[in-house]
Amino acid sequence: MMHTEFTVVEGDFANAGKASSEIKKTLKQLNIDNQKIKKIVVAVYEAEVNAIAHAYGGTIYVDLDEEKICVLIKDKGPGIPDIARAMEKGFSTASAKVREMGFGAGMGLPNIKNNVDELDIQTEVGVGTEIKMIVNFNS
Amino acid sequence: MKITDIVKILDAQVVVGGEDMNYSINHGFASDLMSDVLTLEEEHLILITGLCNNQTIRTAEMANISVILFVRNKQVSEDMIELALENDIIILSCKYSMFKTVGLLYENGLEPVY
Ligand SMILES: Nc1ncnc2c1ncn2[C@@H]1O[C@H](COP(=O)(O)OP(=O)(O)OP(=O)(O)O)[C@@H](O)[C@H]1O
Ligand SMILES: [Mg+2]
Repeated sequence: MMHTEFTVVEGDFANAGKASSEIKKTLKQLNIDNQKIKKIVVAVYEAEVNAIAHAYGGTIYVDLDEEKICVLIKDKGPGIPDIARAMEKGFSTASAKVREMGFGAGMGLPNIKNNVDELDIQTEVGVGTEIKMIVNFNS
Repeated sequence: MKITDIVKILDAQVVVGGEDMNYSINHGFASDLMSDVLTLEEEHLILITGLCNNQTIRTAEMANISVILFVRNKQVSEDMIELALENDIIILSCKYSMFKTVGLLYENGLEPVY
């Protein structure tokens, strides 16, 4: 059992992806299957960018054991008013700055859903968002 | 298509090279939308893009993309070069527009992902 935490900072696009990159290195060292690694790091990267782009930064908690990786991305951002809509392909409220960075297609959340085995999103307007995702290594 | 052929066809500049520039890439994908790139199952392709920032390299890292080609003479920063070196990602740059670039590569046999 391994536990790691990362902090992500609002608007800090230069460092977006650092957490996902660290996770990728760790999983590679553990000889986890490449396809599984790609699934979790793509999902974490999307969530990391969302926390930087749409929320005010946050914290990423990673728990890893022999069977699975569990990643929780917690932010104290504005929350998501209509989660069903946010999950739709193409829905985005991204700012011009976020679009300039190459994001804002409205594909991040659907992409996360496609890549993970379990996804749980808790969100409250004005409070923040918690996204928990699990990828099993042996399924 | 060999990377060295791509360089020739596009009169491209090698910004970050790799150990073996003679290996072949079969597929190309052109996009400026990183979440679009992150949906691809295909790996080890060449990403052709006009989006030139750290996130382009990070996206390639997460998606296991081995070569990035920037169009329209985009300036690649030191940070980006460092990230690419760290992740064994080759960076090429050419002066042509996206339209001309993908046209030339397609004509010469590079295959689309879809
Ligand atoms: N952590 C978050 N806090 C607040 N709102 C969020 C958060 N994550 C997503 N959203 C909302 O959900 C929308 C859809 O998110 P999604 O990741 O699917 O697309 P996007 O980030 O806009 O674009 P893309 O991910 O394709 O670059 C966002 O535009 C935003 O309105
Ligand atoms: Mg997103």
